[in-house]
Amino acid sequence: MKFAVIQFPGSNCDQDCVAAINSLEGLRAEYVWHKETLLNDFDAIVLPGGFAYGDYLRCGAIARFSPIMRAVVSDARAGKLVLGTCNGFQVLCEAGLLPGALVRNRSLQFVCDMVTTRVEVDDSPFTHGCPKGTLLRLPVAHGEGCLFANAETLRELNANRQVILRYADDRGRIVREANPNGSVENIAGICNRERNVFGLMPHPDRASDARLGSIDGAKIFRSMVQAISANRTTSERAKQVA
Amino acid sequence: MKVVVMPKAAVLDPQGNAVRDAMRHLGMPEVRSVRIGKYMEIDLDERNGELESRLRELCRDLLSNPVIEDYELLKDESAKRKKSK
Repeated sequence: MKFAVIQFPGSNCDQDCVAAINSLEGLRAEYVWHKETLLNDFDAIVLPGGFAYGDYLRCGAIARFSPIMRAVVSDARAGKLVLGTCNGFQVLCEAGLLPGALVRNRSLQFVCDMVTTRVEVDDSPFTHGCPKGTLLRLPVAHGEGCLFANAETLRELNANRQVILRYADDRGRIVREANPNGSVENIAGICNRERNVFGLMPHPDRASDARLGSIDGAKIFRSMVQAISANRTTSERAKQVA
Repeated sequence: MKVVVMPKAAVLDPQGNAVRDAMRHLGMPEVRSVRIGKYMEIDLDERNGELESRLRELCRDLLSNPVIEDYELLKDESAKRKKSK
């Protein structure tokens, strides 16, 4: 199984993502430069963290017009799994693949910390094997990670169970003190309505090796593998039946 | 052309709030609020007639994010007057 890790000029977690993915059995990651136009060979797409195009104008505002983004958008619409971490999440919002926008942290400070997130939805392709309420310890490092969504969007996000992760304290309570950036309703990660595009501010890529203090991030990558395998089996069966 | 991009009223502007507090602290308690946006000066070759509609598209797609911001396109009247002289 092969994952694409997109490299924009200014991406700086591309190597973290590739290392995290390659450390998992049966999974291989390849860099894809943002000037490329096709992603047909890949089972899933990862938009890494960093500062694509220097975050000029707004985070992700220029990156979303990179040539590769046409392929990301069309593959996402066709159902391929797309994961955006940190800056990748910002790019996905700017590209309109995820609702809302990520704005300056309420504190005005860049936060670099280990946080606890609570799994809110356990049947997404990104949280297989994480029962609802599972706590994931993941690092964050961002200046613009405060999710803004207007009242209507927020209602839809909740009604469609698109909120996958919320910042929580170490007992799993959704409290203001656990929120590192002022995100509305402590939201740390959301998916699209179709559930195949997931963006989160924390870094699963930096939490996939015990030496880095947490291996909870690997659960997200592993879940994607399970979802893709399950989907393949289903479609093969369907072919056999047909 | 000049483009002014402002955060929507519903979007928290912590930067504006920090400046508001600093202004009050510096002896201007009258300051009710400060909102901080972006101001862009764009130099264009304006011979092409349908420029404005294309520029508006880019204001919407690139220069602002309609989820959190509103933009205003200001024509540079003084520059035009200079040209017509």
